Amino acid sequence: MNTPNPALRESATFDRGVISEIQRAAETGIYDIRGWGAKRKLPHFDDLLFLGASMSRYPLEGYREKCDTDVVLGDRNAKFPLHLDIPITIAGMSFGALSGQAKEALGRGASEVGTSTTTGDGGMTPEERGQSKNLVYQYLPSRYGMNPDDLRKADAIEIVLGQGAKPGGGGMLLGQKITERVAGMRTLPMGVDQRSACRHPDWTGPDDLAIKIIELREITNWEKPIYIKVGATRTYYDVKLAVKAGADVVVVDGMQGGTAATQDVFIEHVGIPTLAAIPQAVQALQELGVHRKVQLIVSGGIRSGADVAKAMALGADAVAIGTAALIALGDNSPRYAKHYEELGSAAGFYDDFQAGQDPAGITTQDPELSKNLDPVEGGRRLANYLRVLTMEAQTLARACGKSHLRNLEPEDLVALTVEASAMARVPLAGTTWIPGAL
Amino acid sequence: MAPVATTEATVLDLATSSTRAVNERLTSPEAPKTVTVTGPQGAHALACGLDSDIDVTIEGHVGYYCAGMNQHATVTVTGNAGVGVAENMMSGTVRIKGDASQSAGATAHGGLLVIDGNAAARCGISMKGVDIVVGGNIGHMSAFMGQAGRLVVLGDAGEALGDSLYEARIYVRGTVASLGADCIKKEMREEHLTELRELLDAAGFDADPSEFTRYGSARQLYNFHVDNASAY
Repeated sequence: MNTPNPALRESATFDRGVISEIQRAAETGIYDIRGWGAKRKLPHFDDLLFLGASMSRYPLEGYREKCDTDVVLGDRNAKFPLHLDIPITIAGMSFGALSGQAKEALGRGASEVGTSTTTGDGGMTPEERGQSKNLVYQYLPSRYGMNPDDLRKADAIEIVLGQGAKPGGGGMLLGQKITERVAGMRTLPMGVDQRSACRHPDWTGPDDLAIKIIELREITNWEKPIYIKVGATRTYYDVKLAVKAGADVVVVDGMQGGTAATQDVFIEHVGIPTLAAIPQAVQALQELGVHRKVQLIVSGGIRSGADVAKAMALGADAVAIGTAALIALGDNSPRYAKHYEELGSAAGFYDDFQAGQDPAGITTQDPELSKNLDPVEGGRRLANYLRVLTMEAQTLARACGKSHLRNLEPEDLVALTVEASAMARVPLAGTTWIPGAL
Repeated sequence: MAPVATTEATVLDLATSSTRAVNERLTSPEAPKTVTVTGPQGAHALACGLDSDIDVTIEGHVGYYCAGMNQHATVTVTGNAGVGVAENMMSGTVRIKGDASQSAGATAHGGLLVIDGNAAARCGISMKGVDIVVGGNIGHMSAFMGQAGRLVVLGDAGEALGDSLYEARIYVRGTVASLGADCIKKEMREEHLTELRELLDAAGFDADPSEFTRYGSARQLYNFHVDNASAY
């Protein structure tokens, strides 16, 4: 970072960001609540590289030979598992945190490319159900808007036990975003902060969860796949318990996961990186003999087709995107640079999703601001982005000689750093060394 | 499964049938209007997801989540109920003639839950519109984060009653071990006496509303403010 005077030396401990936060805390007496996921640099998929084929492997022709992308989710118990055309899904984001237009746009974009979207903490909206060919209905601790009719309308049910940005923490939708409609869906007064509980109210552990899953299956006639979503922390144990409880699909959300509004200290200091979580999850599934039978979806900082392909090579069956989907819709677009500056931020930096003043019309309940997002145009942009992710993943897979994305494997990867090598459990580039491997 | 027809009600016997078979029968479009379920022996998720005005009597004790997400139906359990009875109920009536375990009526949006005996901890947790009437005592943290609806207790209440309460109303006849954050004693005005009388009548309890105390939210914690931090 440049300073106005080269003679001035910035403290590594108390840099300008830290100083600013101390000043803000001293002034307001409240911790920072924001969205946009972890901002610190973390070990990530960028620290891995693919080993394209040369002699010892045989590549496929990039634009000629087929590389399939479809995935089946939840075929262990459900009568109607989800068949998706691409292994990239839209993560749960609530109506309330997002505008109705944003939810509709997500549904339109996902449906156009044959994948699923997910409700969020606040119930199912007609916009979202109407535009989503495949809709996953989240069963959250708050149970806002939860009802059996919507459960039966869903294509899958995701029991949320944790989120990557805040494992162990509940949500907080601040009062300024609680319009009459949002309040009505959540059975709360307008303008009141809405605290989402950090744990489900009617069970106290994995044994209870197994019974809860049976209840949900009974209510939906054993038709819907049941997902369990956990924030990435003690992933190995959490995944094992989720499988034992009866999950058809396990969703592991790494700490780079975005969130509409939570404490900055939580976002930056709780959980483990997505990269570190995947091998733990895969190991748990393999030891139980259910890898590829209980599908694994990973989320948290997925941005490109390379991220998709690397996650799948490490053993995921699919990925979910949240923040990247919002960016595709138009979040933090330079188009609104002037408006972001008026809010004390800048395009590319805006993270006050809790404030409800998003000029892009995405993380707001203001009817005027919401008009800034055209759901048809937003859906088209999201579909384009999902197509690009898919094509990028395909081209990498073909280079590794794979005719289906699911055939990517850890052997296709090496790590650039010792840390990434240890976490991802692939060799350091140019060596056969995996730190910590037996 | 082959139901046993009687003059009073169709009888489904869990000693010879699975929970799945019984639930399928209860939710079938051709389900009889009156059903008796025998031999539950603590079965979980029994009579959950009902969506018609069917009248179900379960003879014995039930496990977790009995009558979960009930809509329209009347369910009576002659014994005790496990965790989360009538969880997320939307409408209809559920009556437990014995005691109920924790989280009775959790997150329920509507309908009437009556527990003749005692209810354990977290009765009415996160209730969203349901009416719950308990003939005996309730355990700690009951009505935690209760958003809407009424909780009536003819006996005593445990610690931290109504912690972080929103707009749910609580009536207790006996003693309250302690109130949770932001829960306060409130005046019993005429409309509350009337409301309570109607609830007691609906639940079939003969009690004098004037013997009850009303509790509700002080609404001091509805919006986070640093001055309230010590209350959490």
